[in-house]
Amino acid sequence: MSSTAASPTPFVPAEIKHGSLKNERRWAMIGAYIALAVFVLFFMIPPFHMLMTSLKSSAEIADLSGNPWIVRSPTLSNYWELLTQGNYMIHFRNSVIVTVCTVLISMIISTMAAFALARMKFWGSATLATGVFLTYLVPETLLFIPMFQIVGSLGLYNNLWAMVLIFPTLTVPFCTWIMIGYFASIPKELDEAALIDGASHIQMLLKIFIPVALPGILAAMIFAFTVSWAAFIYPIAFLVSSDQMVLTVGIVSDLIRADTFQWGKIMAGALMAALPPLLVYAFLMDYYIAGLTAGATKG
Amino acid sequence: MAQVTLRKVVKAYEGGVQAVKGIDLDIADHEFVVLVGPSGCGKSTTLRMIAGLEEISDGEIAIGGRVVNDVPPRDRDIAMVFQNYALYPHMTVAENMAFGLMLRKFPKDEIKRRVDNAARILDITPLLARKPKALSGGQRQRVAMGRAIVRDPKVFLFDEPLSNLDAKLRVQMRTEIKKVQQAVHTTTIYVTHDQVEAMTLADRVVVMNNGVIEQVGPPQELYHNPKTRFVAGFIGSPAMNFIPGRLENGSGALRVHLPGDIVLNVPESRTARYAALAGKEVIFGLRPEHLTEEKNLERPGFARFPATPEVTEPMGMETLVHFKMNGAEICGRVDPNAPAHPGQPLAMAADLNNMHILDPQSGRVL
Ligand SMILES: Nc1ncnc2c1ncn2[C@@H]1O[C@H](COP(=O)(O)OP(=O)(O)OP(=O)(O)O)[C@@H](O)[C@H]1O
Ligand SMILES: [Mg+2]
Repeated sequence: MSSTAASPTPFVPAEIKHGSLKNERRWAMIGAYIALAVFVLFFMIPPFHMLMTSLKSSAEIADLSGNPWIVRSPTLSNYWELLTQGNYMIHFRNSVIVTVCTVLISMIISTMAAFALARMKFWGSATLATGVFLTYLVPETLLFIPMFQIVGSLGLYNNLWAMVLIFPTLTVPFCTWIMIGYFASIPKELDEAALIDGASHIQMLLKIFIPVALPGILAAMIFAFTVSWAAFIYPIAFLVSSDQMVLTVGIVSDLIRADTFQWGKIMAGALMAALPPLLVYAFLMDYYIAGLTAGATKG
Repeated sequence: MAQVTLRKVVKAYEGGVQAVKGIDLDIADHEFVVLVGPSGCGKSTTLRMIAGLEEISDGEIAIGGRVVNDVPPRDRDIAMVFQNYALYPHMTVAENMAFGLMLRKFPKDEIKRRVDNAARILDITPLLARKPKALSGGQRQRVAMGRAIVRDPKVFLFDEPLSNLDAKLRVQMRTEIKKVQQAVHTTTIYVTHDQVEAMTLADRVVVMNNGVIEQVGPPQELYHNPKTRFVAGFIGSPAMNFIPGRLENGSGALRVHLPGDIVLNVPESRTARYAALAGKEVIFGLRPEHLTEEKNLERPGFARFPATPEVTEPMGMETLVHFKMNGAEICGRVDPNAPAHPGQPLAMAADLNNMHILDPQSGRVL
């Protein structure tokens, strides 16, 4: 220590150093805010345009003379008509059914699969874990024809339950993969302490492991929800009658007739369809970010 | 309360690693046994086999007279404290402690009574409503112990419970653990790699090395009568000095010849024991506290031991001096007032009443 202080290295005044650091910091902050503002603007323009359009009557949309970004005579008729006439509510209900079932099925399968792969070292478990991920890399479009044959032979063509069968094949591999990573980060001693405390494997899983692993499970859940809610390719190929359709397909097939686009309703329908994911994110995000494992171990 | 018996217990992990190579151990009811040994010697593996967290490859483990080889952990009636505490992070301190009792369907008021009692013993009553993340390391450690105490199990198992604490807290918690065990009298098996912890806590210490038990005995016995070079070197800090030398029969007395022309007379009490070794190459073992500044030379068994310290470490109540003899690192403990300076010859004395002679090949203490 003392030798360092006494060494004749050129002395740099502390103030200058301090000042430049502060300056650098300020510029970094300004840069970050500018980048963020551009980012937000860029991503908010489409929803804003949708909102404006959804509040216009067909006549106002068709009239190209005005500024497309403002509404002259706002109306809720698009929303009202969607909610009271046509099949929009049926599509909405179908989407909810398919998504809730898909999320439930995916969570049950992939939580158990991930627990087994992360915790129980059995012969080939590492290979299997990689294998699970590789199946996710197989493009949807490749699976199309075999899926079509399976669904057809099960008599589920044009049946929304086919989606409940198909979507988990998209979500389970990736959900399992996310959860393997998260589960592996939970100290093994936690399960062991529960087993010694007198828990059976099922009790340990339900009372200790799943509550502790909740952030990882919710991350996977958000993923499964998003995939299932936004899926387009399979529904448009497998569902043909309006009463079986889910939102993504229902909107584009019911509200577009030949070359007649009901833009106001399309926008209103899409905005309302975006509401559930928004709510899910808002509620789950807190959990998702807060690590619940804090305090289990030495910390 | 129960005795624990291990018979020829073997653990072979996949890939052929034999972590535990057939150990026999009898632990009496109420006894506090410490398993000690260097990293990787198989202590944790042994403890985890007793807990039922690892399968036994061969042999037999019995708790309270019942063979538990195929009994799952929850039916062994044991409690374990882990190195990283393993508290349930989503439960409060009280819930953490009550969890085991709730699974066993204890009545509510009994659970509350036991949790309150344990909290009082461990001095954590004000923390009962907190979550583990709001606790310090030492407090978490106490909760982990509380979780074990409330169960009132047959056996406590500890796996290095103090190694994540800072030095001062470790000493404090060490006393705490001893107090708790004396209060509840539960048979305890405690794993550590810290020989001071082993010495201070144990009724009996089990020294393990490389998957086998080197020696079992009360701390004082291991200290004064180690059976192998490993035990002699592992127990005690600073470690025992080992100096290669020769035993010679000269002018009627048995003598140890050490490098640097040091010749020491074996005290009469030991001559019979070592007589057969005359003329052989041996290893001479002496603890640092028996290598002091020059004193007591008039007493039997004390001999001059001149040396030139290379390093001196003043510890306050004593000064450690380090020097080399024929490549062997030697340490002595001298009075802080002794004229010990690096590079200057120092008159020292060896207390040969406490010497050891080891076989250089087998490492046995002879
Ligand atoms: N799951 C496992 N698979 C293979 N080998 C293992 C496994 N667990 C432990 N081992 C090996 O078994 C030996 C004993 O390990 P163990 O954990 O019992 O050591 P330890 O005495 O507790 O050491 P430490 O003081 O470092 O905790 C080590 O060589 C270790 O590498
Ligand atoms: Mg260990």
